[in-house]
Order: sequence, then structure tokens, then C-alpha cells
Amino acid sequence: MSVEKDLNIVLAGFGGQGILFAGKVLAYAGLQEGKEISWLPSYGPEMRGGTANCSICISKEPIGSPLVVTPNVLVAMNLPSLDKFIDAVEPDGLVLVDSSLIDKKVTRTDVKVCYVPATRMAEDNGLKGLANIILMGRLYEELPFCSEKNLDAGLQKCIPARKADMLEKNRQAFELGRASKE
Amino acid sequence: MPEKVLMKGNEALAEAAIQAGCRHFFGYPITPQTELAAYMSKRMPKVGGTYLQAESEVAAINMVLGASAAGIRAMTSSSSPGVSLKSEGISYIAGSDLPAVIINVQRGGPGLGGIQPAQSDYWQATKGGGHGDYHLLVLAPSTVQEMVDLVSDAFDLGDKYRMPAMILADGMLGQMMEPVALPEAGEKKLPEKPWAACGHQGKREHNIINSLYLQPQTLEQKIRDRYERYHLIEENEQRAECYQTEDAELVLVAYGASSRIARSAVNKVREMGKKVGLIRPITLWPFPTKAIQKAAKNAKAFLAVEMSMGQMVDDVKLAVQCQVPVHFYGRTGGMIPTPGEVLGEIEKILGGDR
Repeated sequence: MSVEKDLNIVLAGFGGQGILFAGKVLAYAGLQEGKEISWLPSYGPEMRGGTANCSICISKEPIGSPLVVTPNVLVAMNLPSLDKFIDAVEPDGLVLVDSSLIDKKVTRTDVKVCYVPATRMAEDNGLKGLANIILMGRLYEELPFCSEKNLDAGLQKCIPARKADMLEKNRQAFELGRASKE
Repeated sequence: MPEKVLMKGNEALAEAAIQAGCRHFFGYPITPQTELAAYMSKRMPKVGGTYLQAESEVAAINMVLGASAAGIRAMTSSSSPGVSLKSEGISYIAGSDLPAVIINVQRGGPGLGGIQPAQSDYWQATKGGGHGDYHLLVLAPSTVQEMVDLVSDAFDLGDKYRMPAMILADGMLGQMMEPVALPEAGEKKLPEKPWAACGHQGKREHNIINSLYLQPQTLEQKIRDRYERYHLIEENEQRAECYQTEDAELVLVAYGASSRIARSAVNKVREMGKKVGLIRPITLWPFPTKAIQKAAKNAKAFLAVEMSMGQMVDDVKLAVQCQVPVHFYGRTGGMIPTPGEVLGEIEKILGGDR
């Protein structure tokens, strides 16, 4: 998986894990970078009590379907999400797994899998609820699709002024994720 | 150029309606349109407008009729089953020669159907829906930016021709976020409405807004006059985007969400050296027959791609007038076709060499 390629990303997990927010951060970072972007959430029965997922496209060309059917990046934050999307990932794609919530190992050998214990890392570092951003940090370390400045601008765009104190925590979480790559 | 922001189609459209001078919104929640009404409920009070959640869709559309009769820019929004409920009121608005904007963020039908995106209300939007001889202006955005741009066109065209206009979107466009440049804030100069029933202060005859004509001669004349306007619109207001159609042997026709997928498929087959293009109707009524007829001079076939069992394809056939075959590919019930599926259909038609 090369960072030169258009990114077709699926983020998936439980409702409340910040899946949609993390997607928005990526989308805004892509927008700052001058790329074409789209963000499409799952809505309706899929979300209620079950999995929440979100498709993000970051491309040099105008985006056709914003619904990502065959992602080249999958971020799975629970087991049902991993099971649901793993077979759809393009060969050579990147898969990020929150290994503190998912015991299972990916059996496919044609994709790159990174196991990041993001939820535990968040709790250990006083960043409860920011496992999503830790995973975004790792995603960025694997595929730096924009400049660091634009990524930070993406974070700033997504955190409303009344929650300004959260910005530093998000930055910390992001850096933790980046550092998780050995 | 204002800075681009990320917004959901539903919210961007709502903001654009306010910028277009809409000050009265009457809504009722329904997925996948609810963010539109929710946005209006937050913003309308801040611009001195009225947001009202009606007791039903039927009530909401009749409130639109009332506000519009008073000369005010009014709007309502819903999704497929809700628009069915509004159909009676839409017919009354058309019969009263009133402008109004109705948003349909389509979902799968019939009945309660589902809540995922669909395009199966094309017939309802373009061929009536309500009773009587009438048309709506029907505009079909394909991006969040177009959700914004077309809403002010809908208000302007509705005022110009004194008729209701519909934005026919779908759950995908309503729910997705894309970068969008909103119109600059500022007071928009709205057209005078000397016909409006907004109080005459003893200075003129009172205006009557009505759709009841018991004398058939009178009613027929009313409708004939209206149809003269419709013919004028069919002549002057057709809009379509032609993409790679100049040398196209196969021309895809698709609007809204499905046009995005069709465009991806066109790009892929062009890379393979195949002469395929896309006509994307922006006005569904008036249907862009001129663009289709122009393309029919060189094309060997057409392929309509829709998120329905085949509704717009009827209008493509009427425009093509049996000169060349018109094929159809569609998914329905909330399923979104993939570019790969459309590609397969293109190869089938071109006698693919795969």
C-alpha cells in the first residue's frame, strides 16, 4: 500500500467509539491538503446498538461513489466490524486492529495488519475515549497522506472551541499512535 | 471564494436555503432527511425566521401553501413516504400557481420501504404524484455543493414561473459530507410578488389564491395558460452536464447519486480506450431531451443507470425516439450500484472483449 494511491478508508466499531469523529479528522486533513474528499456515515439500524462505520475517500480526482465497498484501509475497533469488512479489503491494503478489544488474528496474508492496543493505551495514558485518535496516529504513521501541519489543522477543525481543552489530549493520543510503530 | 467547509448535504442545503431568503420552514422528521429540519430549527430563530415542526407532513405542506400565498419564500423537506403524504398539498400549490420548494431526500420504497438511499421517486416527482394536470420543476443535485447551488435556483425558478419546485436528492447526498463553499451571507433581493395575499391596506383589489374552478371552461383555460408556461420552461430551462459525450458510442444517462457511480465507470472504460460518455440530467423536469437528442445523432446506444427498477429510462426512451437501443441498469431498495457493476453492463452492451 502506497501513500501515493487514493485512500478508500473504512472505519468501523461500536457507536460511541468516535468512529465518525475520527473520519472527520481524516477528511478535514485531506481537505487542508487540497485533496478531494468524501465522508459517508452508516445510518439507521446498523448504528443502533450495533456497529457504526464510516467511509472516507481521499483522492486527487473527484470522487465517484462515496460508499467504500472495497477499502484499501480498514480500521476495526471491534470484532463484528473486523469480521464484516476484512474480506472486502483490497490485496496489499492496510488493516488496523484495536488489539485490546479484538483477540482474533487476521488470517489473510495479502494485507498488512497492525495490531494496536489502542483502547488500553488510551486508558493507561489518561486519554480515555481517544483510542480512535491513537489509531488515526498509527494510520498516519503508516500512510502519511498529508503534511503534519494539515493533520493538526484537521484536528483543530473538528474540535469545537468550547472543547478547546480536548485539543491537547487529541494531539497526545495522535502522537502515541504514531509512536506505536516500531 | 469563501473557505470550503465540510458539511452534510442535508445541513448544507438548509443553510443555502436560508441564504436564498427562505424564512419559513415547516417540517416533520423522517430519516434520512432529519438533519435538514434539525439544522433549520437551530438557525431559523437566529435569522428572524420561522421553524415549525408540524403535526404531520400533510400539515407542513399546507403551511407552506399558506406562507407562499402571503408572498414569503417557504420550504418543506421530507423523504419518500413523507413526500407521498405531501402530494395532495403539492397539487394544491400547483393549482394555486404558487412557488414553493419541496425537498425529497429519497429512500427506498414503496410503503415504508427502507431508509437507505434510492431514486425510486422519479415518477412521483416528474409525472405528478398528486392529482391533476400539473408539473413541478425538479432539480437533481449530485454533490453536496450542488445541494447548495440548486436550492437558490429552485426558489428563483419557482418565483419566476409561479410553480412549486422540488429538489430530488437521496439519502447518500443528504448524509455524506463533502467540501462545500456556502454562498456569501447578505440580504438577497427577492422578486416583487404583486399577486400575494398579504394585505391590501385598502389600496388595491384583494388578491385571491385558489385552486377551485367549478366552471369547466374556466378551469380548462387556467390549465391551458399554465401549460403555456410549462412549454416555455421545457424550451428554456433544460439543464444537463455532458461528460465525454462528443465521440461517445455509448452514452450513459444518470442523475444524482447514481451519476457519480456512472462517471467512475466512464472513467474506467475510457482508460480502456472505449468511447463512452455520460449525460447527467440536472433538471429532471424539464427533462433535458435536447442534450439526449444531440447525443443520439452519433451514439449507437444509451444506458440509463438508476437506483430504481427503471423510471427515468422512460424519459430517455421518449427523447431517443427509437433511433438507437436504450438499455437499463439499476439497483433498488436502498442498494447502491458499484462502478464495477456498471462497467460489466457497459461491456455487455459493447460486446466486451474481457
